[in-house]
Amino acid sequence: MARNISFKQAISEALDLEMRRDPNVIILGEDIVGGAGSPGERDAWGGVLGVTKGLYAKYGDRLLDTPLSESAYIGAAIGAACCGLRPVAELMFLDFMGVCFDQIFNQAAKFKYMFGGKAQTPIVIRAMVGAGFRAAAQHSQMLTPIFTHIPGLKVVCPSNGYDAKGLLIQSIRDNDPVMFCEHKALYGFENDVPQESYTIPLGEANVVRDGEHVTIVTYGLTVHRSLQAAEALARDGIEAEVIDLRSLSPIDWDTVIDSVERTGRLVVVDEANPRCSIATDVAAYVAANAFSALKAAPRLVTAPHTPVPFSPTLEDLYIPSGEKIAAAASQTLKPALAA
Amino acid sequence: MDARIKPIVMPKWGLSMAQGKVTGWLKQPGSPVAVGDEIVEVETDKIAGVVEAGDAGVLRRVLAEVNTVHAVKALIGVVADADVPDPEIDAYVASYVAPADVGEADAGGESPHRLVTTDSGTLRYAKRGEGGDEVVLIHGFGGDLDSWLFNIDALAARTTVYALDLPGHGQSTKAIADASGEGLRQALEGFMDALGIDRAHLIGHSMGGAIALRMARNHPERVASLSLISPAGLGPEIDAAYIDGFVAATSRRELKPLLERLFANPTLVNRHLVDEVLKYKRLDGVTEALGALAAAQFPAGQQRDILAGAVTAGGPRVLVIWGKEDSIIPAAHAAALSDRAHVEILPGAGHMAHMEQAARVNELILAHLAAARAHA
Repeated sequence: MARNISFKQAISEALDLEMRRDPNVIILGEDIVGGAGSPGERDAWGGVLGVTKGLYAKYGDRLLDTPLSESAYIGAAIGAACCGLRPVAELMFLDFMGVCFDQIFNQAAKFKYMFGGKAQTPIVIRAMVGAGFRAAAQHSQMLTPIFTHIPGLKVVCPSNGYDAKGLLIQSIRDNDPVMFCEHKALYGFENDVPQESYTIPLGEANVVRDGEHVTIVTYGLTVHRSLQAAEALARDGIEAEVIDLRSLSPIDWDTVIDSVERTGRLVVVDEANPRCSIATDVAAYVAANAFSALKAAPRLVTAPHTPVPFSPTLEDLYIPSGEKIAAAASQTLKPALAA
Repeated sequence: MDARIKPIVMPKWGLSMAQGKVTGWLKQPGSPVAVGDEIVEVETDKIAGVVEAGDAGVLRRVLAEVNTVHAVKALIGVVADADVPDPEIDAYVASYVAPADVGEADAGGESPHRLVTTDSGTLRYAKRGEGGDEVVLIHGFGGDLDSWLFNIDALAARTTVYALDLPGHGQSTKAIADASGEGLRQALEGFMDALGIDRAHLIGHSMGGAIALRMARNHPERVASLSLISPAGLGPEIDAAYIDGFVAATSRRELKPLLERLFANPTLVNRHLVDEVLKYKRLDGVTEALGALAAAQFPAGQQRDILAGAVTAGGPRVLVIWGKEDSIIPAAHAAALSDRAHVEILPGAGHMAHMEQAARVNELILAHLAAARAHA
């Protein structure tokens, strides 16, 4: 039955259900069991935030604690995927992908193409993304656009536990490499999640709020901030439609275009840095494909083009806020109101 | 307090509803209202619906502004006779205390739904009310116990009501060993056995109606009465495009136009309703279960089982309710039982009369249950 559980529990449950269903599913990562070389405390850690805790007791050596070398174990996981397993590799922080990027973008993402469709690479790389955790510039980035740039990779970034569970199960069953991005500030967020297994297709956005005046397109943590903005706007009589992209590659252009064709106004909210981001991508696509529907210039609300600050005050300013989103939405309505 | 003053309160549609949004008043202050008149439109996070008048009089106060959210049982309007003085109405409003919302899921931390193990797998059900006769609500193809959200509490006032999720549906076991009509009847029998229900008034919608008919045929001693809402089993026609489309639909875009066919007023199908159905359809095993049910019961675009013979002169009393605008199973099928049953055709309702005209359907069923009791 459905019950209220956290985003973190939903992810743990998805891993548990897929390991139970398919013996080819394995998990690799740093400290995902007890920490490398700590046999007396096996299952003590369950990963840096405890997501895999409890799974070792059920599935034993299908969970592998790896040495502290992302280049080694991400490569090993990709090789295992090519050989028929379905590895879920926990990369801890997506910020660390630099040291294993060749394995991801030049190997995993290319195999199907290079081998004429004869090879498949059913790997999921789970990693935390996003700021707000006081973890400084090397553990806080929203690097999703780096992966959406690469053909052959799928990129997912859920905003709640229901979506996280269904998208992770789908990602594990998918035959292509999937970058599964978990916003660390959402781990405690609770919503209704069925106990059973279910899937949400990759490439399907979710309209989380209906509105007729302006479309707000976003994903991850900023879905919640956009909803706060929409509530504030509603008090001024502005009804914002809020679209949670959920999957960034593939991306659900139809839902975005359908909405903008009704509202005529677009705000894209992205926690990534502003250049070559999901925000610029969505704005460019809408401008190119629905220009005649637009009644105002699209507005982008993003992080600034700086590293994530360590100062708590500055870090709080760094992530797009509900106020900034509401202000951008109001801006798109100004010319029409003046006319 | 003047007994001629009657409250209009935020309804409780379904076990999880805690609040609702008033989206429009269909009567203006000062308008006369008759029992059953549609007074105010309300939207919840699950469904949009209309509150119908439970009392006759004049709409004297509209207390909830449009687009405001109110807790379940909060006072949103007042109906009273025209000659009740205004100060008395104001005093009534000022002193009104909303009754506690009992049986709420989060109140005691206990789930309003329960599970029972049967030969047909684990079945989820809801139980409402205590004492009196026992009533079992059987939903249709692709539905679940929440299909009865506008009915279950009204029917539970004087009876003990059970609503189950059939195998393959809701949050019951998705694997169906036998997807035939007889297989589902056995699942119902197993459900009644497991809960110690010897004899019950069966209320079935669509495919659930056919299950109830089978039960009456095979075990008339366990059926106190039948209430059939747009039942399957009374003729060969069925909207095969709906059935096939529902099984195949994988997105909101595909599902919404199909769900709109269920209602005479398609605007009742809001985003949340579509989302709930989509969430169900995405559970592992559901597509297979629905496909098996459709193949076994509605092969080649027609209903396989014709069960009108299950109703006999000496058998349980039968009420048949059909939305006149039903586009899934034609209301003309009611003619198969017109000589042996009380038939009510409801204008302005489609295949989901128990949702679209809940107050009228509840009233008909309650009268039918009372007549069955008197008859027994």
